[in-house]
Amino acid sequence: MPGSVPLAAAQAAGAAPAPLDLVLRVNGTTHRLKLDPRTTLLDALREHLHLTGSKKGCGLGQCGACTVLMDGKRMKSCLSLAALVEGREITTIEGLAQGDQLHPLQAAFIERDAFQCGYCTPGQIMAGVACINEGHAGSPPEIRDWMSGNICRCGAYDHIVAAIQDAARVSQPARGG
Amino acid sequence: MHPFTIERPRDLNAALAFRAQAGRNDVSTEYIAGGTDMVQLLQEYVRRPEQLVSLAGLLDNRIEVGPQGLRLGAAATMAEVAAHPGVIEQFPVISEALLNSASPQVRNQATMGGNLLQRTRCPYFRDVGYAACNKRAPGSGCAAIGGENRWHAVLGTSENCIAANPSDLAVALVALDASVEVRGTNGQRTVPLMELHRLPGDTPHIETALEPGEVITAITVLASPVARRSHYLKVRDRASFEFAVVSAAVALEMDGGRIRQARVALGGVGTKPWRVPRVEAALAGASLDPAVLRPAAGLAAEGAQGRGHNNFKIELMQRVLVRAVETAGARA
Repeated sequence: MPGSVPLAAAQAAGAAPAPLDLVLRVNGTTHRLKLDPRTTLLDALREHLHLTGSKKGCGLGQCGACTVLMDGKRMKSCLSLAALVEGREITTIEGLAQGDQLHPLQAAFIERDAFQCGYCTPGQIMAGVACINEGHAGSPPEIRDWMSGNICRCGAYDHIVAAIQDAARVSQPARGG
Repeated sequence: MHPFTIERPRDLNAALAFRAQAGRNDVSTEYIAGGTDMVQLLQEYVRRPEQLVSLAGLLDNRIEVGPQGLRLGAAATMAEVAAHPGVIEQFPVISEALLNSASPQVRNQATMGGNLLQRTRCPYFRDVGYAACNKRAPGSGCAAIGGENRWHAVLGTSENCIAANPSDLAVALVALDASVEVRGTNGQRTVPLMELHRLPGDTPHIETALEPGEVITAITVLASPVARRSHYLKVRDRASFEFAVVSAAVALEMDGGRIRQARVALGGVGTKPWRVPRVEAALAGASLDPAVLRPAAGLAAEGAQGRGHNNFKIELMQRVLVRAVETAGARA
């Protein structure tokens, strides 16, 4: 068929492009990396910096398991190419606690038993921290709306919403919503 | 992802020049800005460029609201525009359309220019395992006609493509007669948003009026008496984080209980953001009585063609339109 693209042909690997020298700021530390230009921020974190807290669910921006903060804003690290986030201050789940002192939302997730399998949890917590900081955690419906970018296949949503409500009560929003 | 190199130019002129040179050398090249759609397309092998040219940091991201109207730098993010007090107050349909789009994370990443140029969500376009897609592989056919087509367009389709345009923002902007400023190596020009997206016709792979290498640098909306009383109603399969099944952008100027002038555009039903001038003409002078609105909304269905699974959209879009007009009309 003219113009058709068999899957195998489409995915057939060509020659790997020359690696790029990159500098990433993650959890307050500067990292120098040599990466294939195709490397997403998520893969850079997991495969090269061995920060495996951020999870790869769909790899297409739909599940939210890869959520990190960039310059304080929540983003999907699977939709960002590492080469294009140089100079951004990236915070992952590993950078949230202060030493042994858990972030209030981490503590609330434990208190509320806000997970079953736990795979979506790092993304839920990073998105939840941003949700609270944005001032979007005023009520359960508001939390559900503003947490809709994070899927939980176990269906722990009720407890996740409760944990975010708890943490929002003890946190001062950085700014209003 | 297919192998590519990344060029990170110093400024926009350098980006345009690099892209032009790539065109002359016949090296397949794509721009990337927020990347939320492009990375999906790269991951799925739908786009297989040899080079990416990054626009990150090269484009204006200011949001300006003044007596002349609204100007959105192409790099302003969906989240920034949606939360801008001037946009919320004077152009609510834009803020509402954005807040009903994507997820909070994606809205922090995705830009205005990229939103307008995002590719269709047609599953046959997005899955290279299907051979037939005239948009992805010109001349290969359309798997959606006769396939699973619940999500597809009923207006502006052709026998070659029935893919719906997925942008909520574009529907709101078309209703407000917005324009885009475009830059290329030959200089700057202005394109009315109504003319930015093309009907599929015989060439569904050519989606916009942009010349190869041109970049959207800003969106402008002139001040108008209708913008302040505007509303975006989106009907979808989930309460949030989903594309529109049907949506309507409505902007009204009222004269007491009657509509003085109306601007209406529909989303989820057209191969491009779909303005309905005949509906607007019928609404001029009308009251907000559903018995009056209903026949006016019926004019939106002119020329609509269902393909089976999406037949319901023809009735649904009229109901959505009526409700959107009622809501906008009831606003102070």
